Amino acid sequence: MATIAGAAPQRRSRFRIRADTRMGLLYLLPAFLVMGIITFYPLVYQTWMSFTDFTLENLPPRGHDPNFVGLDNYVRALTTDLNIPNYDFLRIIVFNLWWALSNVVIHVILGVLIAVLLNTQGLRFRKVYRAIYILPVVIPPIIVATVWANMFDKDNGAINLALQGVAVLLRLPPDALQVDWLRQVADPIPGLSFLPMAYFALLIANTWLGWPLNSVVATGALQSIPRELYEAAEIDGASGWQRFRNITIPYLRPAMLPYAIYGFVITFNLFYLSYFMSGGGPFGKTELLVTQAFRLVTEQRLYGVAAAFAVIMFFILLFLTLITNRLARATASVAE
Amino acid sequence: MTTETELPRRRIFAIGRSMSAVSRRNRLSLSQQVVLQLLCLLITFTVLFPLLWVVSMSLDPRNISRPYELTLIPPGASLDAYSRVWNQPSANPVSFLTLARNSFLLATGTAFFSVTIGVFAAFAFSRLRFRGRQVLMIAVLGVLMLPPVATLAPLFIQLNAVNIDIPTIGLKFNLRNSLPGVGLAITSGLLPFAIWNLKGYLDTIPRDLEEAAAVDGATKNQTFLKIILPLALPALAVTAFLGFLGGWTEFYFTSTFLNRPQDYTLAVALNSMVGRYATETPWSDFAAFAVMVALPVSVVYFFFQRYIVSGLAIGGVKG
Repeated sequence: MATIAGAAPQRRSRFRIRADTRMGLLYLLPAFLVMGIITFYPLVYQTWMSFTDFTLENLPPRGHDPNFVGLDNYVRALTTDLNIPNYDFLRIIVFNLWWALSNVVIHVILGVLIAVLLNTQGLRFRKVYRAIYILPVVIPPIIVATVWANMFDKDNGAINLALQGVAVLLRLPPDALQVDWLRQVADPIPGLSFLPMAYFALLIANTWLGWPLNSVVATGALQSIPRELYEAAEIDGASGWQRFRNITIPYLRPAMLPYAIYGFVITFNLFYLSYFMSGGGPFGKTELLVTQAFRLVTEQRLYGVAAAFAVIMFFILLFLTLITNRLARATASVAE
Repeated sequence: MTTETELPRRRIFAIGRSMSAVSRRNRLSLSQQVVLQLLCLLITFTVLFPLLWVVSMSLDPRNISRPYELTLIPPGASLDAYSRVWNQPSANPVSFLTLARNSFLLATGTAFFSVTIGVFAAFAFSRLRFRGRQVLMIAVLGVLMLPPVATLAPLFIQLNAVNIDIPTIGLKFNLRNSLPGVGLAITSGLLPFAIWNLKGYLDTIPRDLEEAAAVDGATKNQTFLKIILPLALPALAVTAFLGFLGGWTEFYFTSTFLNRPQDYTLAVALNSMVGRYATETPWSDFAAFAVMVALPVSVVYFFFQRYIVSGLAIGGVKG
């Protein structure tokens, strides 16, 4: 390359850029033509809708044009001034953040610990366990959510039936350990009224769903650690914990951190569990931004408000992405 | 990422083989082995518990609406629930085959379309340097950040506006209330994902081959068709499969847009079996249906998950 371009590098590279531009646009044309119509235009249209009082009556082709209401939808959505049962913007955002954070922390810790367990030299049947532990990942999330919804049913769910068995075993009355997992109104932890029992049911289901993939990522990273490091540390008299702390964790961090951030965003937007298990209840306490956005469109049919809500959601996600990216870069440089 | 970890890992295996004497010394004692095996079995139990429960319920012959006990194999296990669900899973007059066909058409159509036109855009982003590249990439990334729910309202309204009504020949068509319309709505989110996922993969393909081809006088078009595309085939398959998985159980658009039972999909039927108004559905029917929906895709996913998970990690992390 260098020998060809050597004679007139300036003109060549400018020519190349122009040729690349023509080709680049050509290659992008089909995708951007399609996205222009079904992705970007709807988003622009949605932004316009968010400034109007669009409802079912304004549906084209027969509906009349909606009225322009300025920032009214935004103000009402943000200040909880909507005539919708159990809507509270601040509560949703606080719960949504806590939901994503608490899940990811549990997923990463469990994922790493189980990966370390399965990476133990000399452990038998490792391949069998690895194959079984991947099962939650391969099942469609909507199936996982609907099955766990039935599992946590108060009267017939497997969890309560199992607890009943445990109670009988412990010679307690059969209903001593029964929990109304998804609908209990009283707070399980006094003083933390933003975490209803349904949150813990969702947390259990999502833990089941979430740790295996973290374990896969951690296993990949674990297997890239040179074994000489452990042997050298062992010779130097490092304890098991010291080896884990000073060798395993530093090697895992660069692989786990980006994945944890990815998991955070995925969990933040996890629709199925909240929608199918708790239905956002009790009293909307386990509602997430995505499930609320869905309800605004499908149940309340307040398209204008729903559009404003979606725009707000976009900025929240943008903000989260920027923060997590910066966080990742900061931690990476510290790690180096 | 793979190229960086792959090489040392291979070297470690070589070292590991040559130092088998060392690893023999690392063997676990019997008590350690037992404790760790018990721990692994406990985890296995928690992983399998919901799955065994669903399968067990689906075999329950008593057609009771709710189970009252935990059994692994219910007395007189039978496949009655499966045959009931095969004929008509929910209260809507559609068979499992119709639902599965609709879901399959949506899933294959959107996945194939998104990957086919997505790979061209991915190549442009990965290999060509042109004006506006950054802006367009940010546009794709910005859309990718949004969950599909966020475009539900505008897509509903816009697809609903496409109406064909010719009374003379009895043609009445509303794009929103049709499978092609829902396909468009799904593609709206799937295409940016396909572009980004494929770009992430193309970025990992070393440039040596292309440079060699360029020295031999290959044009960019030839490079794309003869070098990049064949190398990217696994990534295309993985991305298409991930798209298929999404389409197979797509819920947001199918449940909101479609009103006619003959258009219903698996997710719509599932929703009507577990929703608030589904108290009449026996759990054994729901369980059989869940197994029938999950099994085909789960088996494929299970056998290809090694490739899929690594492909997802590359695309996802870079996004």
